[in-house]
Amino acid sequence: MSNPTKLVPTPGQTVGPFYGYALPYDKDRELLAPGSPGSIRLQGTVYDGAGHTIPDAILEIWQPDSEGNIVQQTGSLVRDGYTFTGFGRSAVGNSGVYTFTTVNPGPTKPGGAAFISVAVFARGLMNRLFTRVYLPEDQEALAADPLLSSLDPERRKTLIARRDADGGLTWDIRLQGEGETVFLNFEGGPAFEGAAAGGAAQ
Amino acid sequence: MPQETNAQLETDELVPAAEPKAGHAPLDRAVETQADLTAEINALGDAYARALKDGAPAETQPRLDYAPYRSSILRHPTKNLHHADPETIELYSPAFGHQDVHALESDLTIQHNGEPQGERIIVAGRVLDGDGRPVAGQLVEIWQANSSGRYIHKRDQHPAPLDPNFTGVGRCITGADGSYSFTTIKPGAYPWKNHLNAWRPAHIHFSLFGREFTQRIVTQMYFPGDQLFPLDPIYQSIVDQDARDRLVASYDHDLTQPEWALGYKWDIILTGSKRTWTENEALGADGDEE
Repeated sequence: MSNPTKLVPTPGQTVGPFYGYALPYDKDRELLAPGSPGSIRLQGTVYDGAGHTIPDAILEIWQPDSEGNIVQQTGSLVRDGYTFTGFGRSAVGNSGVYTFTTVNPGPTKPGGAAFISVAVFARGLMNRLFTRVYLPEDQEALAADPLLSSLDPERRKTLIARRDADGGLTWDIRLQGEGETVFLNFEGGPAFEGAAAGGAAQ
Repeated sequence: MPQETNAQLETDELVPAAEPKAGHAPLDRAVETQADLTAEINALGDAYARALKDGAPAETQPRLDYAPYRSSILRHPTKNLHHADPETIELYSPAFGHQDVHALESDLTIQHNGEPQGERIIVAGRVLDGDGRPVAGQLVEIWQANSSGRYIHKRDQHPAPLDPNFTGVGRCITGADGSYSFTTIKPGAYPWKNHLNAWRPAHIHFSLFGREFTQRIVTQMYFPGDQLFPLDPIYQSIVDQDARDRLVASYDHDLTQPEWALGYKWDIILTGSKRTWTENEALGADGDEE
């Protein structure tokens, strides 16, 4: 394909307070049926810069299956009870807690660190934020991960889930302040970041 | 961040009365007026204009840190977004198809027994990626207030009438050329509690998926010529005029249908692709369309 003209992307805007009757759908947070073999719970709480829970955020996750396959099956909006599509959406409740039923993602390449891709939306959040949640177990893979190894240890911790006693994962999101979650910019290069201090979203 | 700011955040928008933290702002609290907010908005706009003149790059997205939208004060990251090269899963998108969305879901005027009140409109356009390629077979979701500016959401307590024939939610799957089209009712402006006499310009919320998860956006489409634009902290959080303009649909008489509905055209550009595409994928020949 020839080199096409670069177009300037349309700006994002906040999801606002009233997505609740539009974005959620039946079984949106169940990537597979709870209780299915291999199913785990991924849960956590979303906090603001004062440490208060946020009651009006909505999260999306997108992940490979337990073998590391990226699923390209349609049907994420009509859970058929059998197909794992890899996509889920969970609005937080009044206490700021989100929950997904999913599987541990597999690494998508040999020796790679397994992670789930996350998009965060909230009232008061001007644009969606991307981040990742990594499985905690494979220390060697985590140490070799290009993103994690580019972060200092304190910040790196914010992207690694805790393993619960029941086999599930707990991972909190802090939009601001102490323990602020690392959010990602996929556009431009590292030099681009310096220009963003207190300014543009990306 | 000062605590009093947070106290204010608890009351700045429509929160359910059942929540203990919710309630009404004390009457003796100094209420910020539109003039206060407009001054803040203009100061940030002027500073940006000066920076631009001094050679700063044009901004294309809203600022995450934009204090005139009070709810953003405690909800924006203070650290720079960390640059990451998208990997594996991020270079693909969830797949949606025609079993996910019924064709009739793109008409918001036929979801009930009767016709909704208001001005019937058609909103149509194309979803393209930053390289100009159509985003085919992907999910578009919209939601909006009714013609009197009321959301059906239980937290919306604006005393304007609900419309029993209008929910305000639609979905569609883009065509092979990236096209989408919704038939709906022109939404009304509505008041909110960011400051005294705060009104949002009429808008439709749009949620879009690209061919890669990195292209995912949620945004709002506005209508041309709205007098509320200069007053609205959410629209003005995009400090660049050219960038703001990209959220405004244009009236299109070719889309207008005689004796039926006015047409508005709005194309949506997602970010550029980070993945190497096969010819078939680039042409939208994969997935559900075949």
